[in-house]
Amino acid sequence: MSIDTGLPDGAAKADFLRVEGLGKSYALGAEPVFENVNFTIARGEFVCIVGHSGCGKTTILNVLAGLEQANAGNVFMGGREVAGPSLERGVVFQGHALMPWLTVRGNIAFAVRSKWPDATEAEIDTQVEKYVALVGLGAAIDKKPSALSGGMKQRVGIARAFAIEPKMLLLDEPFGALDALTRGTIQDELLRICAETRQTVFMITHDVDEAILLADKVLLMSNGPRAGVAEIVANTMSRERQRATLHHDPQYYRIRNHMVDFLVARSKDYSHGRSPAHAPVVSPGLDADVAADVAAAEPAPNVVRIKVRT
Amino acid sequence: MTPILRARLQSSLLSAAVLVLLLVIWHVATLPTAAARVATSLTPEQVEYQKLLGKDPAAATAKAAGFPTLALMGETVVRNLAHPFYDNGPNDKGIGIQLGWSLLRVGLGFGLAAIVAIPFGFLIGMSPLIYRALDPFIQLLKPISPLAWMPIALYTIKDSSISGIFVIFICSVWPMLINTAFGVSNVRREWLNVARTLEVTPLRKAFQVILPAAAPTILTGMRISMGIAWLVIVAAEMLVGGTGIGYFVWNEWNNLALSSVIFAILVIGVVGMALDLLFAWAQRAVSYVD
Repeated sequence: MSIDTGLPDGAAKADFLRVEGLGKSYALGAEPVFENVNFTIARGEFVCIVGHSGCGKTTILNVLAGLEQANAGNVFMGGREVAGPSLERGVVFQGHALMPWLTVRGNIAFAVRSKWPDATEAEIDTQVEKYVALVGLGAAIDKKPSALSGGMKQRVGIARAFAIEPKMLLLDEPFGALDALTRGTIQDELLRICAETRQTVFMITHDVDEAILLADKVLLMSNGPRAGVAEIVANTMSRERQRATLHHDPQYYRIRNHMVDFLVARSKDYSHGRSPAHAPVVSPGLDADVAADVAAAEPAPNVVRIKVRT
Repeated sequence: MTPILRARLQSSLLSAAVLVLLLVIWHVATLPTAAARVATSLTPEQVEYQKLLGKDPAAATAKAAGFPTLALMGETVVRNLAHPFYDNGPNDKGIGIQLGWSLLRVGLGFGLAAIVAIPFGFLIGMSPLIYRALDPFIQLLKPISPLAWMPIALYTIKDSSISGIFVIFICSVWPMLINTAFGVSNVRREWLNVARTLEVTPLRKAFQVILPAAAPTILTGMRISMGIAWLVIVAAEMLVGGTGIGYFVWNEWNNLALSSVIFAILVIGVVGMALDLLFAWAQRAVSYVD
């Protein structure tokens, strides 16, 4: 199904992906997990969605991917309704979902061949090697996934999603199972690849720092049932931000505190359908009052000191 | 020497010791014993009295030696293996020819079963509706002894050789069908979702995602089927007669040639083991570490 948005090019770019009134309940007549979810993603934008478990983040991602049907609302990408899975949207799954009987090369070639069925073996191989090199796994290209570490497997999953050159990338908590060190390295890689390819990304995460590092805007979801997008946090920090120096930017703590406060204290106030239909965009990074608070709280915000008497 | 190698060596030595022990027991058990000694210790009068009663002590000695000695067994093995493919008419064929017939029947029955069971199992596994609808039939038909089908097969097919193949078919079909359906229905949702997001065609999904994912389970079913088929072929050929290793056993029993029967039993064991090893190897070839 194709609809004409009737919008000029500039406007169409601003809402490359449009989610309208999305709702889902798993049993007939049961309380919806989430309802009336509205947001847009511009072309080339990196959007993270943060919220507690059970608020329907993965379901929203699956609906965007076309793997699940919503009960209410619509998703439009580039002016066309999303009605099923498509090669236009690459998905990186939570559990890497590599096929264990294929090598790294085989796994990515499977995806590349799906996108370009008429390509020659040589062309497919070139594409595979290009994206394997992009995630720095050239040496492991002919290994089976069982011979790779968790971080390497997830890199293969990312390479597979990028290799089909999708218009949009959907990542379902891709680094959830990784240790902090590996996670940091792959975050840097993802940031670099996204900057190189100007990829549009929608990503689920539980990690506030990860969201601040990667995202241009963060959707804060309230608790379920009847969850919704409560606020949209604009990341006002420079796009050239880096993991190593992130915490020296005063904006970082303002944004981080705002998000942690939301998750700890406010997210439950927006449950049961109390989220606004159109979430307000907030820019806590530019908020001067919060900055003063944070300055007072430094050098160790969010660290609770506990004195143990013996 | 590594510990693994040492353990292997120890276990092989133990196996050899068990074999030697078994052969010694056999040898001792078949030594000319009591009856023979009794015969020699009898006085001529006693012998004559026994003969009058219709019990010939000399014949009794011969009968006691009916269970073959190791030497006789060795001679039988050498004789049979020296000319495995001779053919002196319907009741006197070499072990190689008989084995060939059995393997042919098992191969045909098993092959036909695989051709039917694997695609059908695929269909059942793909559709929960068909799975549930056919499950009672499969559960009912599965525990029936394949030989129970023999009268119906003989009546409808009217050919004993083809009936034997049918019996192999019917006993091979269930484990393959059930395992294929189980393997296909349990393919990880993740891999199917990958295929869906890549807009993979149904045929490509079947052959490049579901088949490799379910292959270890399917091969397990085939291995079980082959085991059952090799068990059943002996019984079926005893019943149907004519040719085959089962018929060979029955024929040698009728000839009271126990050494040949024991030889045939050993051959059945060795071939069964070889078939199982073949499928074990195939299973390893398609299995994957997740």
